[in-house]
Amino acid sequence: MTYFENIRSQVPALSAKVKGKDLVYLDNAATAQRPESVIRLFDRCCLEANANIHRAVHTLSAEATRLYEEGRRAVAEFINAPCRECVVFTSGTTASVNLVANSMARGGMLGKGDVVLLSEAEHHSNLVPWQMAAQFTGARIEYVPVDDSGRLRMDVLDALLAKGGVKLLALAHISNVLGIVNPIAEVTAKAHKVGALVLIDGAQGIVHEKVDVQEIDCDFYVFSGHKVYTVPGTGILYGKPEILEALPPFMGGGDMVETVSYGGFSATALPLKFEAGTPNFAAVATYVPALEFARSLEGNQVKTYMKGMTDYLFDELGKLGGCRIYGSNGEDKAPLISFVTEGAHHADIAQLLDAQGVAVRSGLMCAEPLITERFGQSGMLRVSLAPYNNPEECQKFIKALEKALAMLR
Amino acid sequence: MTIEETEKKIVDEFSAFEDWMDKYEYLIELGSELEIIAPELKTPERLIKGCQSRVWLGAENRNGAIHLSADSDAIITKGIISLLIRVFQDRTPEEILSAKLDFIDQIGLRQNLSPTRANGLVSMIEQIRAYALSWAK
Repeated sequence: MTYFENIRSQVPALSAKVKGKDLVYLDNAATAQRPESVIRLFDRCCLEANANIHRAVHTLSAEATRLYEEGRRAVAEFINAPCRECVVFTSGTTASVNLVANSMARGGMLGKGDVVLLSEAEHHSNLVPWQMAAQFTGARIEYVPVDDSGRLRMDVLDALLAKGGVKLLALAHISNVLGIVNPIAEVTAKAHKVGALVLIDGAQGIVHEKVDVQEIDCDFYVFSGHKVYTVPGTGILYGKPEILEALPPFMGGGDMVETVSYGGFSATALPLKFEAGTPNFAAVATYVPALEFARSLEGNQVKTYMKGMTDYLFDELGKLGGCRIYGSNGEDKAPLISFVTEGAHHADIAQLLDAQGVAVRSGLMCAEPLITERFGQSGMLRVSLAPYNNPEECQKFIKALEKALAMLR
Repeated sequence: MTIEETEKKIVDEFSAFEDWMDKYEYLIELGSELEIIAPELKTPERLIKGCQSRVWLGAENRNGAIHLSADSDAIITKGIISLLIRVFQDRTPEEILSAKLDFIDQIGLRQNLSPTRANGLVSMIEQIRAYALSWAK
């Protein structure tokens, strides 16, 4: 078995059949398939350690708590967080951004006339929460444009930061549509110079890039577990400890309090201050095997392999004719390619690919303004690769696409 | 032909296809034969917006029978619409309201009518029923 066959063999869902055909799963940017180790531990948590955490004294609860906190330790190590307490569990990237947006608004860190700086290429989850916070506080949103190749316009970023008033910059590490790796450390340094906080949406970045939050120096880094091989409902909010300390809690409830009286409450310390209610404890524990799997996929061998498949797809899509790719190829391109097919609707293509066993994403991809306002399209198609995909699957996809185009054009 | 008979005829037609690609090929063909809604009727009120594709639906009351016309930007969606219209065309509101639409399951198109905002087809059926309800005696 080769190195990559071994990786693939660890992921049971990949041997599924779809409509009688072998599954070719190329929608990894939406959610990743999980290794067996994750599925097994999830099972074990449900079977042998199902008890609510941080509360009871009994053995099962202690074991569940241990597994949960092991998950936190694994995440903290994976992103090189300075401490375990600055890793907060949420339900997903969306919940993490909403938490920061609400807490900043409530804590008076965003107010009338303040500016929240976003890029044009943000996912709705890093856009709508800020629009809501702006409505609530009277803050204003400004957008840093991307050029036609999908790269952030650094000159405009500089100009917008220089104009003043920016309290927060929220930026995707990698856009879920364009697949371009933003220079987040450089951008963070620029934003810090004008006193703005920086939130990085790492939903895609955590999958394809080595993330060291101390090196990036961002104030918040958020992502979802299900894209890095664990199960849904396992979001992460990393924040610098001193900043998380200063933020008021967003949700109130059990586990986030020190004391409660009829007159009021006092919030407990980090990280539980932000973890009101029963978290998804069985799922969180699976971060340990999921991130072990992710670790095994780091390094140059995998990078070269992914680059090879990405280059192949660029070449073949170019040869097909009438396929326009958004987010051009380069050293900063993640294995995530969005395109439109002239003369054939994206929904029809996606349907005909599905009929051939090929799963891709189509539509607005939760980035409606980018697709409709910036690029003037009604939707796009996206293929996104994981290291368990292989060149044969890329070939199958191209063949299936050719067939679909022949039927539609 | 009653609604049920029309549904049965559609199921028979689809039973000839073994592969999904053949089913879609047929839907693409049907899509190009759809009675298209008049351009002046393609107004925002008649637009059913989905994440994947858009559907326009027009309905008029012709002496107690409902006459439908529609359009979509996606051809497979148009094919499915043409099946729905074939079942519902020029029926009375009562007939439309009592239709079960079992054929959708039987020809395996339930997936295309999943309760998401994906392609507007679920909303389209609801909209046809709403017209029927407003014109029912």
